[in-house]
Amino acid sequence: MDALQRKNRRLILQLVLGGLLMFGFGFALVPLYDVFCRITGLNGKITNTGPVAVEEADSSRDIRVQFIGVNNEAMPWEFRPLLNTVSVNPGEMRQMAFFARNPTARRMVAQAIPSVTPSEAAQYLHKVSCFCFDQQALEADERMEMPLLFVIDKKLPPDIHTITLSYTLFDITPVLPVAQIKTADIQRSPL
Amino acid sequence: MDTTLSQTVGTTDHGHGPAKGLGRWFFTTNHKDIGTLYLWFSLLMFLTGGCMALMIRAELFQPGLQLVRPEFFNQMTTMHGLIMVFGAVMPAFVGLANWMVPMMVGAPDMALPRMNNWSFWILPFAFSLMLSTLFMEGGGPNFGWTFYAPLSTTYAPPSVTFFIFAVHMMGVSSIMGAINIIATILNLRAPGMTMMKLPLFVWTWLITAFLLIAVMPVLAGVVTMMLMDIHFGTSFFNAAGGGDPVLFQHVFWFFGHPEVYIMILPAFGIVSEIIPTFARKRLFGYASMVYATSSIALLSFLVWAHHMFAVGMPLAGELFFMFATMLIAVPTGVKVFNWVATMYHGSMTFETPMLFALSFVVLFTIGGFSGLMLAIAPADFQYHDTYFVVAHFHYVLVPGAIFSIMAGAYYWLPKWTGHMYNESLGKAHFWLSFVGVNITFFPMHFLGLAGMPRRIPDYALQFADFNAVASTGAFIFGLSQLLFVYNIISCIRGGERATDQVWEGSHGLEWTLPSPVPYHTFSQPPVIK
Repeated sequence: MDALQRKNRRLILQLVLGGLLMFGFGFALVPLYDVFCRITGLNGKITNTGPVAVEEADSSRDIRVQFIGVNNEAMPWEFRPLLNTVSVNPGEMRQMAFFARNPTARRMVAQAIPSVTPSEAAQYLHKVSCFCFDQQALEADERMEMPLLFVIDKKLPPDIHTITLSYTLFDITPVLPVAQIKTADIQRSPL
Repeated sequence: MDTTLSQTVGTTDHGHGPAKGLGRWFFTTNHKDIGTLYLWFSLLMFLTGGCMALMIRAELFQPGLQLVRPEFFNQMTTMHGLIMVFGAVMPAFVGLANWMVPMMVGAPDMALPRMNNWSFWILPFAFSLMLSTLFMEGGGPNFGWTFYAPLSTTYAPPSVTFFIFAVHMMGVSSIMGAINIIATILNLRAPGMTMMKLPLFVWTWLITAFLLIAVMPVLAGVVTMMLMDIHFGTSFFNAAGGGDPVLFQHVFWFFGHPEVYIMILPAFGIVSEIIPTFARKRLFGYASMVYATSSIALLSFLVWAHHMFAVGMPLAGELFFMFATMLIAVPTGVKVFNWVATMYHGSMTFETPMLFALSFVVLFTIGGFSGLMLAIAPADFQYHDTYFVVAHFHYVLVPGAIFSIMAGAYYWLPKWTGHMYNESLGKAHFWLSFVGVNITFFPMHFLGLAGMPRRIPDYALQFADFNAVASTGAFIFGLSQLLFVYNIISCIRGGERATDQVWEGSHGLEWTLPSPVPYHTFSQPPVIK
């Protein structure tokens, strides 16, 4: 009986450890998912940022770049691109801007989160500078043009002719500590 | 199975029967008592979840809102799914494992009897907690059984916290049950019972138990992340804070896909026990059954994103998950082939367990084929979130998992109670269920192909006829389960005495024991040739 008990105890220990390991693996999936997306560029997040060496533009190709500005749920700002579409040569540096206005009577802080479609294009869209790198603060009724400077890599696959760059604006104005927010305070926009 | 008992088993010679009174059920460590508790609990949950399904079908009987408000309808679809998956199907299989695994491997009890008691008694608390949310302010969970974020985080009713704790408790219970089953199978087999002599029900449960230990902690992880997002200001699934709602779906389905095999592998085991008995032939291709089951289990970890084809995956991902999913059809096909080959040239009789097992093979295969249709990524964009999906998973879960559980219940009831159940009543129950299930779920294929979305309380007029048919079928199926309950109770209370072997063609250690099975069995391990 003693031998059996020892055998059982070892097996239980291994199985419990296995369970704990899988619990940890569930959480490890969070960074793993990010790393996987960064390596493969699959989720349309832009990772190429910062200054680039100036190059000769490839004038044989015209890429349509479309811009979209969206407000997240309760965000009341006016937010839109100055131009909906621009035509760009790969390698050419281009400046664009988004318009934002805070129509409320209080100071608000916003953060724009970008996304690129098709997601394969994300790794070829290089942002030299972008308003989405920083938080944007606007006083009551203040308006602003938020600049964006980007280059499309010449290595962009030839089958991609249109790239859509979408920004979602989130309200990150510091308010009450999270624990004090009640569900009822969160306004839902009707669908 | 060429296993025979070479000695009479001394069972009650030290006079140690069940305790008297209610305490027997609270404090029992006997695998048969705990198996019974699990089975009764699952029957109760099956009827509860069934009532919710009938409420859903009653509302959908005609277009427009008649009986319930949409908010309540959403709570019903969510709770129906959660209760059936975690409360009915899973505990029923654990109950059957508790009863049968020790008897099939020649063990006196489960390896860890005290933990066994604990893993059952967590469940009533978990489900009371979950059902109590229906009476709370804001109502119960209303985000679908898959509880996708942000529906289940940002937009959830306040009761979601109780739902999260209930899922934690169910997870703990399942993991303890799985550990117990693995320990019993690996450490308590009678001498001579080698791994490749194990009955198939034991094999499928061993593999299922490993799946449980691998994925239930991931489920616990994902609900913990929800809890932290809701109460502790983290942003796992909140894009405003740098999180990603799609991440929720990846983590959830990493649990969710193996989960569907947790609900079907033991069913494969039960059917593989029943068909040889009533075909009076040995199971065709025993070894290939074991390998097929293992490969299904391994593949189940590589296909989770086929639930998310419409989420915006790159082409390479769509293709990988599409082909990996289709690959599962190969080992599943092996199993169906083996069942059919077992029946080929057999002298078959059609008692109730066999009827349920046969309809399992046919109807589960239909569900498998609609699964293959859904696996085709480009076509899935059309089927996604429609009633076609509802038809598919109900075909694999109702005439799949549930029919196999009913088959198992009829098959082993005479062994458990010592009485034969009422065969004509059993057949009536089968035919009403069979007809009811098909009337309910077959029209849903057409509704889905025509574009009716799932989880809606009202629908466009062109779907009215098929919905009325489906609702009629649901009430036939639902009400015929009362025959099942009546048959079980009357079988416990009396009836024709069952022989030890019960069925003419039955093989295996459990049939060498007396009927009804004594409270303690195999105190001396049997000798297996």
